[in-house]
Amino acid sequence: MAAIEVHQISKSFGETKAVKDMSFNVNDGELFGLIGPDGAGKTTLIKILVTLQKPDSGSAKVDGQDVVSGYHHIRNIIGYMPGKFALYQDLSIEENMSFFADIFGTKIEEQMELMGDIYKQIEPFKKRKAGQLSGGMKQKLALCCALIHKPKILVLDEPTTGVDAVSRREFWDMLSHIKKQGISILVSTPYMDEAARCDRIALVQEGSIIALDTPKGIIKDFAHPIFGIKGDNNYHLIEELKNMPGLRSLYPSGEYAHLVMDDKNQSSEEIKNYAAAKTHQKIEIEPIEADIEDCFIEMMQHG
Amino acid sequence: MLKGLILKEFRHIMRDPRTLLILFGMPLLQLLLFGFALSTEIKDAPIAVLDQSKDAQSYALQSKLFSSGYFKLEQKLINAKQIEKSFETGKVKMALVIPPQFGYQLNHGKHVQVQLIVDASDINTGITLRNYAENIIRDYQNQENPTERPFMQIVPKIRMIFNPGLASVYSFVPGVSALVLILISSMLTSVTIAREKELGTMEVISISPLKKHHIVIGKVIPYLGLSLLNAIIIIIVGVWVFDMPMKGNIFILLLECLLYVLVALALGVLISIRANTQQEAMFTSLLSMMLPTLLLSGFLFPVESMPWVLQQISKIIPATYFIEVIKSIMIKGGGFELVWKPTLVLAFMAFVLISISIKSLKTRID
Repeated sequence: MAAIEVHQISKSFGETKAVKDMSFNVNDGELFGLIGPDGAGKTTLIKILVTLQKPDSGSAKVDGQDVVSGYHHIRNIIGYMPGKFALYQDLSIEENMSFFADIFGTKIEEQMELMGDIYKQIEPFKKRKAGQLSGGMKQKLALCCALIHKPKILVLDEPTTGVDAVSRREFWDMLSHIKKQGISILVSTPYMDEAARCDRIALVQEGSIIALDTPKGIIKDFAHPIFGIKGDNNYHLIEELKNMPGLRSLYPSGEYAHLVMDDKNQSSEEIKNYAAAKTHQKIEIEPIEADIEDCFIEMMQHG
Repeated sequence: MLKGLILKEFRHIMRDPRTLLILFGMPLLQLLLFGFALSTEIKDAPIAVLDQSKDAQSYALQSKLFSSGYFKLEQKLINAKQIEKSFETGKVKMALVIPPQFGYQLNHGKHVQVQLIVDASDINTGITLRNYAENIIRDYQNQENPTERPFMQIVPKIRMIFNPGLASVYSFVPGVSALVLILISSMLTSVTIAREKELGTMEVISISPLKKHHIVIGKVIPYLGLSLLNAIIIIIVGVWVFDMPMKGNIFILLLECLLYVLVALALGVLISIRANTQQEAMFTSLLSMMLPTLLLSGFLFPVESMPWVLQQISKIIPATYFIEVIKSIMIKGGGFELVWKPTLVLAFMAFVLISISIKSLKTRID
């Protein structure tokens, strides 16, 4: 049985269609990522799945129960971490946790097996008020609170937004650890580089799923040669190369600009020569593997 | 589950000096402000005198008036036409008119009238001036005429201008208590629920296994205790600072306060359902509770003299019943036999409002 089944869900707010006819399944024990930019409809979909909102049409089941009629069951078995840090700022770590333990009818000590590793990291600060914690610690506390009743399914809405790179990596390590204990996880993120940490992902754009596969499967489908190119000034370089014949797309990505060509047999030498004729910059170019972001941009521009 | 909710709420309260300040500072401040503003002592109030008699007795009466310290002579008038003018300039608060042959008639045991014209645009000052002047005139009468001629009387004939339908009995402690308790209590629940919405914790609580009645009761109980404490402080200040009598049973009074506060807290929960920010919650409570309680509960204006429609509205205002109850218990010393009717209404309101607030609390956003 799938942990989460989403079947043709749509939801509008006035004229804005936030979610358009989305369908996908999250399998039992799977770490599933909803990947997409801000405003793609990820949060709306998650709110429907955690029974905070009702869909306009379509249906969804969580742990076999309908999100509208079976909301009471769902509320008992999911752990939910909202996008905004939703803990009491004026209560300490310990007090926040015992409050959430209490409303779920459990005790902190009983849940150490599941969240013990995470809790150990924030335990030295347990008397500190939540409002005074760093972003990474807040996130760990929020995760502890979401896990406190040993949920079967964990739903996390952009848990790594606003958190530094090291804490982000740590956080994904924690998710892998939680997954090993048999908990199904649905996580949304705007960071494409995090997609590789998921078992399967759905790329979401303007309320629709534009791709649904394992991260490797999505990358495998990328059928065009792609190069990383770097000059003295990437901004000018992109300006100068954007009218190159056979160019499919060109965009900055970190230190390099990514350059996608139509011709499968495109060599990097040809591009380098073209670029050398256009510009006086010192140019480095090499063929690279496409990543999720490249796939996403390809689908947005040509899909 | 409830224990955790209540404990959490108490922690919030104890750690937030602002809530504590609102909770205990505002009632005291309001009570003292209202109290002293309404019982301002009159000193050197400017008055005009039209003395048409100009004899020993009329001068004696005036000198008694001015030596009291309450009044000072602002303007001597020559004819009656000047009276209206002197009021219009706003220079005088009261005018004393002494008729011709005042002393002669007084000495001959005749019925004498003096006229007091009082600026009642400010009700409370107007009433006080009238009472002071009346007393002084009565004093003068007794002094001139101790016992031997009981028929001789000066009858002050009073005309209130600017506000003829003035209410005469004014007891502000019940009114202010009703106002302060409903304001503070409704604000407490609405603001704290709105705060959870702002924080995002309302979402988390909404989709926890907590039922709606847990959430409402978990919010109401901590603030019920605090609001009751508030009521006690108000009563103590009312009795000690403002000499409000406390003739009835204190436990019945506290029970009534409990009921009334319950109504207010439930109203706060209802307000919070619509208000999404703390500010919105605060202003909605303030506006929706203050005006009806001030204007339609019988606090400032007697319900009997309102138009029919407003009278009907006053019947659904909790403060109407609470003020009636406080007055009955504190001033008349009545027990349940006197207050069972309004008590029943309050209990009914509390029950209905709590039920509605539980029903209408949203654990989904849309």
